[in-house]
Amino acid sequence: MTKHFGEASVKFSNPPSIISAAAIVGPKEGEGPLAAHFDKISDDILFGKDTWEQAESELMRQTIEACVAKSGVQMKDINYIFAGDLLNQNSGSIYGARSFERPFYGLFGACSAMGMAMQLGTMLIDGGFADYTIANASSHFCGAEKTFRFPLELGTQRTPTASWTVTGDGAVLLSSVGEGPYITAATTGAIIDLGQKDVNNMGAAMVPAAADVIVKHFRDLQLAPDHYDIIATGDLGIYGKDLLIQLLQKENLNISDRLTDCGIEIYDAEKQDVHAGGSGCGCSAVVFASYFLKKIKKGEINKMLFVPTGALHSVVTFQQGESIPGIAHAVAIERSI
Amino acid sequence: MNVEQKQYDEMVKQVSPKSAVFMNSIKAFFVGGIICAIGQVLYNFFEARGFSQENTGILVASVLITVAILLTALGLYERIGKFAGAGSVVPITGFANAIAAPAIEHKKEGLVLGVGAKMFVIAGPVIVYGTVTSVIVGIIYYFVR
Amino acid sequence: MDGLFNGIFWAFVIGGAICIIGQLLIDLTKLTPARILVFFVVAGCILGGLGLYDRLVDFAGAGATVPLPGFGNLLARGVKKAVDERGLIGVITGGFTAMAGGVTVAVIFGYLAALVSSPGMKE
Repeated sequence: MTKHFGEASVKFSNPPSIISAAAIVGPKEGEGPLAAHFDKISDDILFGKDTWEQAESELMRQTIEACVAKSGVQMKDINYIFAGDLLNQNSGSIYGARSFERPFYGLFGACSAMGMAMQLGTMLIDGGFADYTIANASSHFCGAEKTFRFPLELGTQRTPTASWTVTGDGAVLLSSVGEGPYITAATTGAIIDLGQKDVNNMGAAMVPAAADVIVKHFRDLQLAPDHYDIIATGDLGIYGKDLLIQLLQKENLNISDRLTDCGIEIYDAEKQDVHAGGSGCGCSAVVFASYFLKKIKKGEINKMLFVPTGALHSVVTFQQGESIPGIAHAVAIERSI
Repeated sequence: MNVEQKQYDEMVKQVSPKSAVFMNSIKAFFVGGIICAIGQVLYNFFEARGFSQENTGILVASVLITVAILLTALGLYERIGKFAGAGSVVPITGFANAIAAPAIEHKKEGLVLGVGAKMFVIAGPVIVYGTVTSVIVGIIYYFVR
Repeated sequence: MDGLFNGIFWAFVIGGAICIIGQLLIDLTKLTPARILVFFVVAGCILGGLGLYDRLVDFAGAGATVPLPGFGNLLARGVKKAVDERGLIGVITGGFTAMAGGVTVAVIFGYLAALVSSPGMKE
């Protein structure tokens, strides 16, 4: 295994390029601080459709179409689409990708989906199995509430540690040839469960997995803590980020000066009343595919570690009293090689 | 990870903010109190019109339930609930909201398995446990009365 | 008139106080709304069975009958009345009979609401 390093990491011998990206969001995200970076902001939470499930699929379809259109590559040249979402049986991605008729892998990694999709898409290219792959992740606030919580019309309060599921889809098109930004390395997370059971505090459930994958990434690839300009986790939220810094300190890894979280970036927590921050597969996907990718292209960031995080519980396991397992996948993106 | 579950639980507790129990309770008190006060006004109204005590009770509950469901359909009950917490969950209006909300949310899954079945996802347990408890009370009452 | 005002005042105070108990349960025990509703109905039914809840009703009126323990109490009252009238048969008819009015209204209007209203984010 010449490309495999340490416990769980890989380095790519011909790092694939991100040649195109697109991010489309719903109205609330469009009112947030990153509004200027998105390709499209829909005023209509239903995206012109009849149900939340159809809305998410339409959002996904539009985003992938926009991503491909921007690249100059034809849809028929896409070798594989990797996509994940939060709806049961991946229906958001499946119905969204139905019309493309391209080879398709539906992924479930909860909100870590974008990390999963980017790793797999990159591995296929570097392995010589594909020239063009798409990595995509989507979520829809209303669909997620319906799937995991309560009907929207039910009068309930959210706790301070609860997060707000992002309505949005982020897609990147990866290519065997290109001028960067490059995906250079990846560390695949293990399922880590420290017994957290509060579904209104998913940041806390995912932090151990994030810490674990980040520590392994630095150890496996023997990197110094200041190797990356920025390390962005997926959707740990305000309190999750604090917890992550604490856990990493226990592992003697201090990256707090360059650590941020997509769930913190996407909303204005005070003005938008989102409590701990944004979450959902779409959260890290849209923030990376718009805001961070632009910063990398502009040279404001040269090396970035992107770590989407997921809480892997289901409604059924929660009701059966199971704890919430977490997972996180780390993807290294560099402006030049 | 260099951390035990117990130790991590402690860290999570330290970092996570608590719900604003005091303020939440004040809000719940006022909204819940106002709903009950409205109920009392309705009692007085129906009683003054000569309805029996039992029928008055049913009429008051019916009016409150109807209004709560109307507010649910207009999307206003969720806003009240966000502010009031238990203040709008505990009164009978909360029960009505719990019936209407899932019925509306799941209408796209059809009138039978969507509206018909999901209507009771939250209210069903209330009816089940209410019935079970009433049967137990009834049996005991039969023997001790 | 004073009597009416007093009645409304105590309905407000006692009804609000019961809601505080609910809020403390939500905030301190993380019980879900369904469990809270179940808890209150069962508690009201037991207190009603013991004949205690009616004392609160006498004092607080709607402050005791409008919150869900009042619904539980209604079931207890109904089952006792049915047992008095019909013996053991009353055990199986009393509770449901007592809740028939409220549940029917909620089901009918809940159904109508689902027909006319679509799921939405109405923020």
